[in-house]
Amino acid sequence: MNATNDQLATSLLYLDGVTVSFDGFRALNRLSLVLGKGEMRAIIGPNGAGKTTMMDVITGKTRPDAGDVFFEGAIDLTKHDEAEIAGLGIGRKFQKPTVFESQTVRDNLELALAGDRGIFATLLHRPSAEETSRIEAILETIRLGHLRDRLAGSLSHGQRQWLEIGMLLAQDPKLLLVDEPAAGMTDEETKETAILLKRIAQTHSVVVVEHDMTFVRDLDVKVTVLHEGSVLAEGTLDHVSADPRVIEVYLGR
Amino acid sequence: MARFLLGALDRRATPIALVLLVVAVLVPVAHLGLPASHPLHVPTYIVALVGKYLCYALLAVALNLVWGYCGILSLGHGAFFALGGYAMGMYLMRQIGSRGVYGNPTLPDFMVFLNWKSLPWYWHGFDQFWFAALMVLLVPGLLAFVFGWFAFRSRVTGVYLSIITQALTYALLLAFFRNDMGFGGNNGLTDFKDMLGFNIQSSTTRSALFAASAIALALGVLITSAIVRSKFGKVLIAVRDAESRTRFLGYRVEHVKLFAFVVSACMAGVAGALYVPQVGIINPSEFAPANSIEVVIWTAVGGRATLAGPIVGALLVNGMKTWFTGALPEAWLFVLGGLFVAVTLFLPRGIVGTLAHGWNALAERRRAAAAEGGRDPEPKPSDLEPAPAE
Repeated sequence: MNATNDQLATSLLYLDGVTVSFDGFRALNRLSLVLGKGEMRAIIGPNGAGKTTMMDVITGKTRPDAGDVFFEGAIDLTKHDEAEIAGLGIGRKFQKPTVFESQTVRDNLELALAGDRGIFATLLHRPSAEETSRIEAILETIRLGHLRDRLAGSLSHGQRQWLEIGMLLAQDPKLLLVDEPAAGMTDEETKETAILLKRIAQTHSVVVVEHDMTFVRDLDVKVTVLHEGSVLAEGTLDHVSADPRVIEVYLGR
Repeated sequence: MARFLLGALDRRATPIALVLLVVAVLVPVAHLGLPASHPLHVPTYIVALVGKYLCYALLAVALNLVWGYCGILSLGHGAFFALGGYAMGMYLMRQIGSRGVYGNPTLPDFMVFLNWKSLPWYWHGFDQFWFAALMVLLVPGLLAFVFGWFAFRSRVTGVYLSIITQALTYALLLAFFRNDMGFGGNNGLTDFKDMLGFNIQSSTTRSALFAASAIALALGVLITSAIVRSKFGKVLIAVRDAESRTRFLGYRVEHVKLFAFVVSACMAGVAGALYVPQVGIINPSEFAPANSIEVVIWTAVGGRATLAGPIVGALLVNGMKTWFTGALPEAWLFVLGGLFVAVTLFLPRGIVGTLAHGWNALAERRRAAAAEGGRDPEPKPSDLEPAPAE
């Protein structure tokens, strides 16, 4: 019991016994997972393993039927909604890149930029020199500087993924949840994305959900394998890929 | 506030505001200053007609703020317009005083007719113009706040929201039809005599109301422009295009929508308040669901999410309506329906939206051509193909 409390106190994200059912289907089944401060974690698992549902629970989109979800050891995330959780410092990148298509790349970043989200604060907002330089720095990082005035809707798939990662950076969250960042990317783009994420992980805690094994290998971090809504194995990629249960789940019986 | 509105003045909003101000001055001058025989004299019926259109245009501008920029398709905006109109109508009723048919100094005629002995509590204060003017903003604003609070907090969106806004205006229609509501029932409020001491029928008063409508419309455009150009405007468009994404960025989507909805309702209320003295009557038919749907058509025809679009649409469609209902009355509803279908199918951006889009595309191409260092544009495949033999 004491060990659990210590884990909770030092964790950034702490999930214990989280269960979510949809119409009798258990998307998450007593899922427990602990992420330390500054850690980067890859989460893999076959389709339907509960990866996206887990993200939904953490970001307040879905309420768990049972279990605890704590952020920074003290904040009960099940008691907050999406906007509040975003305000606490959890940013999310969706599986399908969602950017604001009818606005420019720059405006997308400005919207994501950390700052007061209130009605009157945004109505009377004047862009400061500091904000402008932050946006420029992010444009540099995600290599979209030459496209800053283009509408986000005109970007290629890979560029959209980067813009979304850029928006996460602009939010400057304590924890980034990144859902399949390499989906639909070319090999070259996938490699670039892994480098980008590793750079981000130097200053942020990151959870990456991914299917692509080469990508996960490129990330070179601790891996959690989900299966049928709970943790099947945890460790280095080599360790988990040697696990007979993981092989069975992935390669079939 | 002044700084906020000054921020609205850009190359889109400034010309519209200037044109409206010029119209606000020139039309009354041409109406009052020139003799009826002069070719540039503006006759009374034109002043009244265009003044009415300007109020409709303001209503469309109000709808555009929520529908065009925030994606909330309200099919009940006529309700806010009518409530603003009723607030003004109540003031005008109280101004009649003892000049009514029954000569009662405080009770409007319909109350005497219903055998009411005293003024209902909610009619108090309406003998003061400032109070009525406040209610013109407050009543629609408050209804929008309460309605929006529940609807947006419960995350009612899309077609479901449209349906309940339609239900809202229909419920008000039925309520205002009832005599014991105390708003004149079926007949509504009419037989107005004067406003702020001026005869409501006189040319001077008509001209002043016309000018006030044009100025109110210009203000509506400036407020919209200031909102849209601010960071809040970007949030508004973000909510329209990807609501859930905006929420995950930490914005309180329900507050964003509520603010836009309340501002829009207040604008619609002002439009209704300026409309009533110009047409001389307000009755429950203003709450008719079909009215609110017409506003959507004006906005769609002109071009939503553009500043000038709703004005162009409201003037054009109402101009057509006036002409058709005079020349070919039985054809009008078919024309209106056909217009909506045609715009939806062939001009989804509306008139102004299509023009602006074409202009931007042209400018983009010119810029690209200039960037290529003045090289000739690449020949298109169609240029290379031999012309088919006749």
